[in-house]
Amino acid sequence: MSGYKPLSQLRIGEKANVVSLGGGTEFVRRLLDLGLISGTSVEAVQRSPSGDPAAYYIRGAVIALRDDDASKILTAPDGVQGFCPLS
Amino acid sequence: MGLTNSSVGRGAIENFKLNNDGNSRVIALAGNPNVGKSTVFNALTGAKQHTGNWTGKTVSNASGEFQFGGRTYTLVDVPGTYSLSASSAEEEVARDFICFGGADAVAVVADASCLERNLNLVIQISQCVPNMLLCVNLMDEAEKKGIKIDLEELSLQLGVETVGICARDGSGLDELKNKLEKVSSGELTYHRRKIEYPEEIQTALDGIIKEVSKMSDKIPAQWIPWISVKLLEADKSISGPLRKFLGVDIFSLENVKQASEQADRYLKDNGFTSEKVRDLLVGAIVKRAEEIAGKCVSFTNDNYDSKDRKLDKLFTSKATGIPIMLLMLAVIFWITIVGANYPSQLLSALFGKVENLLSEMLSGTQAPPWVEGLFVKGMFRTLAWVTSVMLPPMAIFFPLFTILEDFGYLPRVAFNMDKFFRKAGAHGKQSLTMCLGIRQKFRFLRI
Repeated sequence: MSGYKPLSQLRIGEKANVVSLGGGTEFVRRLLDLGLISGTSVEAVQRSPSGDPAAYYIRGAVIALRDDDASKILTAPDGVQGFCPLS
Repeated sequence: MGLTNSSVGRGAIENFKLNNDGNSRVIALAGNPNVGKSTVFNALTGAKQHTGNWTGKTVSNASGEFQFGGRTYTLVDVPGTYSLSASSAEEEVARDFICFGGADAVAVVADASCLERNLNLVIQISQCVPNMLLCVNLMDEAEKKGIKIDLEELSLQLGVETVGICARDGSGLDELKNKLEKVSSGELTYHRRKIEYPEEIQTALDGIIKEVSKMSDKIPAQWIPWISVKLLEADKSISGPLRKFLGVDIFSLENVKQASEQADRYLKDNGFTSEKVRDLLVGAIVKRAEEIAGKCVSFTNDNYDSKDRKLDKLFTSKATGIPIMLLMLAVIFWITIVGANYPSQLLSALFGKVENLLSEMLSGTQAPPWVEGLFVKGMFRTLAWVTSVMLPPMAIFFPLFTILEDFGYLPRVAFNMDKFFRKAGAHGKQSLTMCLGIRQKFRFLRI
């Protein structure tokens, strides 16, 4: 499981692949609809001056996510096709 | 702006009961937020509607008309939504009107510069709406970024009639109206490709489809696959609208319930949790969107968004983000306050002259003094004061703010301010409504 971390902990410029999504049904549905299905590549682009939220590059769009929400997205390092450790 | 229960709640749909007198048609205008839907709406109907970025500016009771081919088309501007599985009141209204509103056609607007993201909604709508026209907007923007769209291939892949437009300068709109006429009359219905699901999911789905198909007298054929997916997903939010539209509550029918339970059991036995099922069902559409975008969109410039990203760094970095924001707001307030001075004085002088004229007129008549006091010194003077003080700053501030909005700067403000505003129990977007309020304050301080 080394290298697996929540999206909120990605450094700026770091890329990763989505492994799994936590949180309530509606929230997860929303993230899925934005393209955050497992295997999707994401990149942390920028942090707000106040530190939160952060902007992520997801399927061709830059989307802002609060740390509260981004911490519910588990990622694997770029190049590792993560399996869901909690199935 | 105003999201009220009556403008967005279920009752809103009732406002659009169709007048099917054969010569008029109702078209739903749908799409993701920020794709230029309102620009398309204005371009077609000529209505003076503000093109805004924030939810609450486009509410479900926006509609306009245009004439084409001897018919009246009523265009209904549906709230922007990312998916037909609604996660807010607005999205629910959008979904309900798109699927159950009974419009003669649904025109879906997409942004050529980020087509893949838009395709999620496009594919979902194509699976449950037979009369659909895809309008790929902002083609000029895409061209500038070196993004090429193969519209014919797109049309083929989706099985949907497609047209490329640039609503801002009006190109493609004639073709749009032409195709809309054919689509809404049922002349052009393509063959939609089925969404491909993993084998076990498809087997489970087939079981449900078999049962639902038995009600083909009540349920339109093209809805059967889509409703079956909703049943498998256990998406109860459509049971209400379905019941209203079809007169039957699918979720409570015995044979359908049994088929769903059987499907659930089959999937669980094969190691699929209900979360996994949901992820795979939505994921299938996302993957299909990726596949289609891969076939139809080509980027001739790999760094097409490097300028935007550099600007974003400037507007949201720790060092420059907030100073630039404060500077921008300061400049706008300064222009408003200074620029409004002269017009305010002019208006004041003008109203003063009119007031004197009114007083003279009244003194010439036999009217008692209280008439002049009430109507001239009271009502008229108050009206004059308020207008000459409030109108010039509003006429300057709102256009300036709109320019910022059109440049796309305002979401960066919300992004910067979100943390501070959340500490106060609000959120970033409300920093903008606060700006509008501060402008009012400045006006009164100056007096």
